Amino acid sequence: MNDLVRLERVTCAYGRVPVLVNIDLTITPRQFSGIVGPSGSGKSTLLRVLLGTMEPLAGSVNRRQGLRVGYVPQVESINWSFPVTVSECVLMARTSGRILPWRSKAERAEVGAVLGRLGIEHLAGRHIRDLSGGQQQRVFIARALLGQPELLLFDEPTSGVDVRTRHQVLHLLDDLHRDGLAIVLTTHDLNGMAAHLPHLVCLNTEVLGQGAPRDVLVADVLERTYGAKLEILEHAGMPIVLDDYVPTDGNIARIRKAGA
Amino acid sequence: MGELLRPFEFEFFRDGLIVATFAGALCGLVGVYVVLKGMSYIGHGLSHAIFGGFAASALLGVNFVLGAGAWGLASALMINGVTRRRLIGADAAIGVITTASFALGLALFALFGRRGQSFDAALFGSILGVGTEDVVAIVAVTALVALVVFFGYRQLLFTTFDPEVAEASGVRTARVDAVLMLLLAVSILATMQVLGVTLIAATLVIPATIARMLTSSFSRMLLLATGIGAVTGFVGMNLSYHLDVQSGPTIVLVGATLFALVFTVTGTHGLRRASGLHDLAATARHVTTP
Repeated sequence: MNDLVRLERVTCAYGRVPVLVNIDLTITPRQFSGIVGPSGSGKSTLLRVLLGTMEPLAGSVNRRQGLRVGYVPQVESINWSFPVTVSECVLMARTSGRILPWRSKAERAEVGAVLGRLGIEHLAGRHIRDLSGGQQQRVFIARALLGQPELLLFDEPTSGVDVRTRHQVLHLLDDLHRDGLAIVLTTHDLNGMAAHLPHLVCLNTEVLGQGAPRDVLVADVLERTYGAKLEILEHAGMPIVLDDYVPTDGNIARIRKAGA
Repeated sequence: MGELLRPFEFEFFRDGLIVATFAGALCGLVGVYVVLKGMSYIGHGLSHAIFGGFAASALLGVNFVLGAGAWGLASALMINGVTRRRLIGADAAIGVITTASFALGLALFALFGRRGQSFDAALFGSILGVGTEDVVAIVAVTALVALVVFFGYRQLLFTTFDPEVAEASGVRTARVDAVLMLLLAVSILATMQVLGVTLIAATLVIPATIARMLTSSFSRMLLLATGIGAVTGFVGMNLSYHLDVQSGPTIVLVGATLFALVFTVTGTHGLRRASGLHDLAATARHVTTP
């Protein structure tokens, strides 16, 4: 099997409430995809299915034999009061490899290398809470990378971060993708994040469209995904999604991003 | 000085001191996981559940360690199962299981009288009746728990911090959680005689919280909490003799005093570090309502 993960007619539910219904999705090597959809549309659940921590009620999930998957959780889900330094956190990726508590020389070098690659080597001894938003994201990316994944799953990488950090994360992911990593992320941010990705999946319990942003960020697909009419503009060849606009005296009085 | 050293002439005190020091260290070590996983209510409830087994084994003439131990392990696994399934609120389920077990213990003592191990000692802790076998038991349990924590350090850390990613990374988190519950049950069982069921939760939580206020490193927190627990056990037991107050309350009060001192010294910085450890307040509420 060449594909990394292939989902066929996957259905998942929490109790009796279906969250994903008949999902067909294939993740190939070097793919770079964003999953978009409103809150409660099943984006995080889909990531869990790809990760292997959620078993579907029906359908099949085929992973390539020995596939290594890295996962970067939402920053909101992290217990920032937990007493771990950056290096302790990153080293968690080596849990199954060694029984002794302390780091081996090789592990020390590996952690140093991955932190250096992400430009946060100097923060190794700092507590994870004492970092900026972008640095915190990098710590968890470093943990995922230490497991040498072929597929990186990223849950809401730009949630709650400022514009500068969003740009940094986007560039970092782009670099990792160029290095050969397949990346699947979820995002609410249609214009700041999704529009910049090569491939999008529109999700609202079922897959309502997938393809390049230009083909997916269109009024019809977005209306079915978000259940609301959305206006699409084009700027420098890229789609820009407007939501809930009310023209007043010929001006757009109120603009906000879809799903925000 | 001579007055301070006088109790060391008595074998029962020396045994009690060793047991209290090891009990403090043991609870400090296990307490790190209890506090960080938000399990202090489970620790409190489990100690009460074991009281039911204590009462039943006393009345049936079954060996206390075997009877209360089996009861405690069964309660621990039941609580772990309920907590993981999340079908009903964990707090509610734990409240039902453990309080019913505690109530059963009280009812058995009321119906059939108090036999065997002291009723008050089980509730509030006492060094009277601590013998060589108790010393051997607490040293053995502490060594066992320390070994499990040492060799399971990485899996315990990952599961405590980020269970979902740990599971996805190949860590068997269900097994790790079950082991942790068993360690907690064994620790409570081994320390019940000296600390008392109503006060064990505090000795689990206080050293870990103090340690958290002093460090941001997990490994250092483990070492600090163990050391702080041992010191509070040692000092508390000495004070227990000199003040003629039960060992459980004095050990807890020494811990609480140390907490106040560290809080004063570290101020808001220490408090900010420990800000996620909301279980301290919950435990303080529970220990006042046996």
